[in-house]
Amino acid sequence: MNWPRTSQLDVVSLNAFYGQAHILFDVDFTVHTGEVVALLGRNGAGKSTTFLSIMAMVARRTGTVWFDADEITHLPTYEIARRGLGFVPENRRIFSDLTVEENLLVGRQAPREGAPTWEPEKLFSLFPNLAEMRKRPGGRMSGGEQQMLTIARTLMGNPSLVLLDEPSEGLAPKIVEQMAAAILAMKQEGLSILLSEQNLHFARLISDRAVILEKGRVQFTGTLAELDARPDVRDAYLAV
Amino acid sequence: MQLVFVQFMTGLASAASLFLVASGLSIIFGVTRIVNFAHGAFYMLGAYVAYTLTERLTGVFGFWFALLAAAAFVALLGCLLEMVLLRRIYHAPELFQLLATFGVTLMVEDLVLIIWGPEDLVGPRAPGLAGAVVMFGKRIPSYDLFLIVLGPLVLAGLWVLFHRTRWGVLVRAATLDRGMVAALGINQKWLFTGVFALGVFLAALGGALQIPRDAVNHAMDLRIIVEAFVVVVIGGLGSTTGAFVAAIIVSELNAFGILVFPKISLVLVFVVMAIVLVVRPWGLFGKMPPPAQAAIGTTVRPWRPLNRTELIIAGIVVAFVALQPLWLSDYALTVGSEILIFTLFAASLHLLMTVGGLASFGHAAYFGLGCYGAAFGVHAAGLPMVLAIFAGPVLAAFGAAIVGWFAVSLSGVYFAMLTLAFSQIVWSIAFQWVSVTGGDNGILGIWPAPFASHPSGFFWLTLAFVVPALAFLHMVIFSPFGYALRATRDSELRAEAIGIDRKRVQWIAFVVAGAAAGLGGGLFAFLKGSVFPDVMGIPTSVDGLVMVLLGGIETVLGPIAGAVVFKALSIWLISQTDYSKLILGAAIVVIVLAFPKGIVGALSDWRARFAEWRSDPRPSPGAAAMMAAAGAGGISGRFADPDDVAKKSVSGRAKP
Repeated sequence: MNWPRTSQLDVVSLNAFYGQAHILFDVDFTVHTGEVVALLGRNGAGKSTTFLSIMAMVARRTGTVWFDADEITHLPTYEIARRGLGFVPENRRIFSDLTVEENLLVGRQAPREGAPTWEPEKLFSLFPNLAEMRKRPGGRMSGGEQQMLTIARTLMGNPSLVLLDEPSEGLAPKIVEQMAAAILAMKQEGLSILLSEQNLHFARLISDRAVILEKGRVQFTGTLAELDARPDVRDAYLAV
Repeated sequence: MQLVFVQFMTGLASAASLFLVASGLSIIFGVTRIVNFAHGAFYMLGAYVAYTLTERLTGVFGFWFALLAAAAFVALLGCLLEMVLLRRIYHAPELFQLLATFGVTLMVEDLVLIIWGPEDLVGPRAPGLAGAVVMFGKRIPSYDLFLIVLGPLVLAGLWVLFHRTRWGVLVRAATLDRGMVAALGINQKWLFTGVFALGVFLAALGGALQIPRDAVNHAMDLRIIVEAFVVVVIGGLGSTTGAFVAAIIVSELNAFGILVFPKISLVLVFVVMAIVLVVRPWGLFGKMPPPAQAAIGTTVRPWRPLNRTELIIAGIVVAFVALQPLWLSDYALTVGSEILIFTLFAASLHLLMTVGGLASFGHAAYFGLGCYGAAFGVHAAGLPMVLAIFAGPVLAAFGAAIVGWFAVSLSGVYFAMLTLAFSQIVWSIAFQWVSVTGGDNGILGIWPAPFASHPSGFFWLTLAFVVPALAFLHMVIFSPFGYALRATRDSELRAEAIGIDRKRVQWIAFVVAGAAAGLGGGLFAFLKGSVFPDVMGIPTSVDGLVMVLLGGIETVLGPIAGAVVFKALSIWLISQTDYSKLILGAAIVVIVLAFPKGIVGALSDWRARFAEWRSDPRPSPGAAAMMAAAGAGGISGRFADPDDVAKKSVSGRAKP
């Protein structure tokens, strides 16, 4: 870790393409160490594509991505994950035939200096629901339980920064609260978090700063207080 | 009763090797999504290498060490193959993967011939297990008992590996979602290589374990791969338990088939497979497979029928071909007739696999049925030649109607394996039903009518049948039926949602393609004057696939060009070398890797660039780059990610 540098993830003029369709246009933003940044925007604004581009899971993209001291733009996906960048995808992607414990086993990586360390027991106390179903196959869990498992699975890799794609999507209100509490607990452990959200209320509960995407371009960057001072931005890019 | 018991034990013992091979096939497919046709070749190599090692290493320790060392050595070869070949084609359409691994099989067959010679080799008995144990008054070989115990032990070992080790859990995770496994920091490259090595090890061990029981020979690869396909179709692709149960079922059916129905023993297994498929389409222990990768890449340039100029050119080409008897030798004309027949065969397969997206690995069955139809027409019904030729497509269409009914409920690799298995049924009927088909001796004396008895006459006759048939197939492609067929290829669900009865459309295509192949077969019978079961063997089916591939899988006219080039080259090659399989196999691999768009695909690329250049002599660098990108959007060069290709097809028609 090079501590004088406070930015942990730097995305610099990121462009992404699906075939010849241009999806992201010169996206720039930064996540500082220990910070929770919310990537906000409507459906189709490019949030998931941004995450996939950071993880090198999009076929064609330009621009640069810096993580810690290194440029990771051209690394393969698994190597990016091994540098300590954890990714929790949008549609959960639980291994449905594997039990909860086996799902966690797949995510396991060696402890990392400067990042919080996670063990199954510690994760079971973070997500108590999972503790009651250690031997249950992932395919026979509710949506909320799967969402918890997918986060826990990524934490098993002891990442220093986590990309959370829409952690509150499709969850019951009670589960959303639990999820917010868990994310705050993760933050307290010292984890940096970049999460995408459509739900401003949820983002407000946990985030320090917000980046707003619309049609693949960054439209606003600032603290949540700054965003609150700009109802025009909120209405233009977030109101449904 | 005692005999029943003996047969039962023999069946169980045979099941062990079959289970090892099939489970290896299944494990490899589960993770890499590749159906490894070369698995039979690895089984055979395992047996040959074990034979050589047991020659040198004797004694109890030496023998068992030799078997394991042989399997390990072949697994190492498997690693090499995975790293050199398969890593380049993981994103390719299934058809290319099957063909590339089949190319490897062909190469191995000739290499085995070069290294070990053509004779059957008899390995040593297993030290310590050479005797027999008396059970129920019958002597059961100890080695068979050992194999009977070994099968469940391997199954248990695999279970422990996949459930109790992290590597095994990773493999299972990769079977479910490869992308997610990578996102969790696992280098899939080595996971894939490891899985492939494990699968090949199991196959080679299966082969090595056979040497105390059976002679080692160079035909054992295709026999075992067909049986292994049947096992995974019955048991369910991806399930080791399924492979175990199905291997026992298949082996017992083989053992008792010979006892109870000696005349149809080969058919019995396939009948059971057909029943299983009707009841449980994904096998006894299988799950519904994920959506198949389209057999065909994207068509960057949309298809269109020939325009007026091109029709005139086609007419001139046909007229030119028709004039050949004026100057070609009799031998060249006979070759020419054969080439014409195979253009029809290739075009009929093209209708099924390119237009319909159904890659059949058993299309030779309908060609062969056509041959037999003509032969029956002459000998049983006493028909004149022209009517007998028409008996070919009738019999072929009848066979295709039955097989197609089963086959269209599956797609992708299941379809390929099922059609392959059915073609083996047809082959085994021709082979075993001696009273009707003459079995291995074939049916002789199918002579053409006097007007076609001279090579030039027969050449014209062939042309008179083939050209209208090709024109008909071309019309089918651009008929409303052809569009419906392409719709089912591009999206099953959307096609059904707009009211297309997918199964019916695909079934009709199967029958039409079968009948067209059968017409070729009818002509072929009269060309050769005889019919043998080999005409419907796997090599003929694969020849057809290679012709379509060589011509260009995304094109309309590809099969004609492919058939002409392939047939001419292979006839020439066989006259030049004893190792034509080695060269053909290498050629298949090279085509898949380097020229996946084929001859016509490459030509039309070139033509499109030329047109681009003419309309704007100095293309901007951007346009050139776009053209290159559009080319890459297909299946040229390195294979693009399938998802990516799918998305590209949407935008591929945007003006550059």
